[in-house]
Amino acid sequence: MDDKSKCSAVIHPWWLRVCHWMNAAAIVIMTLSGWRIYNASPLFDFRFPGEITLGGWLGGALQWHFAAMWIFAANGVVYLAMNLFTGRFGKKFLPLSLRGFLHDALSALKGKLAHADLRQYNNVQRAAYLFVMVVCLLLVLSGLVLWKSVQFGLLRDLLGGYEAARYIHFYAMSALVGFVAVHIVMVALVPKTLLAMLRGR
Amino acid sequence: MKKIDVDLSPSDADALVKEAQQLLARKLDSSSRRRFLRQGLTLGGVVMLTGCDLTDKPDVDSVLNKFSRFNDRVQSWLFNPANLSPEYSADRISQSFPFNAFYGEEDIPQINGDQWRLEIAGLVNDKRSWSLPELYNMQQVDQITRHICVEGWSEIGRWGGVRFADFLKLIGADTTAKYVSFKCADDYYTSIDMASALHPQTIMALSWDGRILPPEYGYPMKIRIPTKLGYKNPKHIQVIEITNRYTGGYWEDEGYNWFGGS
Repeated sequence: MDDKSKCSAVIHPWWLRVCHWMNAAAIVIMTLSGWRIYNASPLFDFRFPGEITLGGWLGGALQWHFAAMWIFAANGVVYLAMNLFTGRFGKKFLPLSLRGFLHDALSALKGKLAHADLRQYNNVQRAAYLFVMVVCLLLVLSGLVLWKSVQFGLLRDLLGGYEAARYIHFYAMSALVGFVAVHIVMVALVPKTLLAMLRGR
Repeated sequence: MKKIDVDLSPSDADALVKEAQQLLARKLDSSSRRRFLRQGLTLGGVVMLTGCDLTDKPDVDSVLNKFSRFNDRVQSWLFNPANLSPEYSADRISQSFPFNAFYGEEDIPQINGDQWRLEIAGLVNDKRSWSLPELYNMQQVDQITRHICVEGWSEIGRWGGVRFADFLKLIGADTTAKYVSFKCADDYYTSIDMASALHPQTIMALSWDGRILPPEYGYPMKIRIPTKLGYKNPKHIQVIEITNRYTGGYWEDEGYNWFGGS
């Protein structure tokens, strides 16, 4: 590949960038309103500080949560469909091996993992992105059970019942927040990845 | 998983805030009242999200309300009368079923069952009122189901009473009407869709765990709908109205989703 085509080569196609930022917005709204909903009946011995929640009160938080869920779910479907349809899924996230993961994780810790080509995900990235996809899927499925536990009875039973679904929803949220935290740190360490997600190159 | 054991339960806190808002709002003119309510209700996160006060824009409120109406339609479309709320064995019944209302236990209405009459209004053939013994004498059904609160917690309880569909048939209710609306002795009110009213598990509950429904759970009669959240299970029923007019509800008018089904 010559220098010119390398410079102008698209790292993230436009639809991927739209999905990414829509997803980011939906996740922020759903997480902050979710914390306010959690506060109404905490599962554990703590509450989220009111100032970092969205909605002002339980009813307001539920309105935000039940509005953003459509954006979150629809965007997720478009993202997965486009990934599969364009073949991006296989190219970007596979193959993934334990050996490759350990190798890349080790070199990352030694500070030797290069980010020369942003179009290529290393094994740690692949694992992290696949992980967060599963987490988001779990959030949607457990969310469906919490929202409509009678109508989605089979799903409710598969997840272990209504109360179990509350815990799954909470743990999946925690995993997602953990992912986002690491994600933001990594972007701060390699700022050109942010540019790539904004303008595609 | 237990609910927090503080002096002020979350619903009490919500209710307190709501009451304070209502008291204050009454003193304001209508435009500043709307602004006050909007700012009061969505304070916090929105400001942090964008660095500007989104709630200044009535559009936000209106978009969220449109989503909520959309969610009503989706839920009504998803609703399948053949889907039953799970029923449990007696050993699963909660030993500490909570009292829950928009007021404290000291304000539970004390109703004299001898004088109580259930009034019927709207699109029905037979509008005569009902006494408690008349309801006790109708065929009773029993259920051990999970009560799910909008706050997230749930408890299993046992309710017995008259299947609501049977009662609606008996009084000649127009079951093609859109809504069944309830007015309660504690000034609570709510309304439900006809499909949920006719669901086989929707009952006029007269008993709780084998004894006469106690005051804290809605004496003399509450509407028990295991396919709906707690705030759609009104207590101390006084008036049942069959109507095509949307009458909302106490919490629904503040922003809780109207369909509120699970």
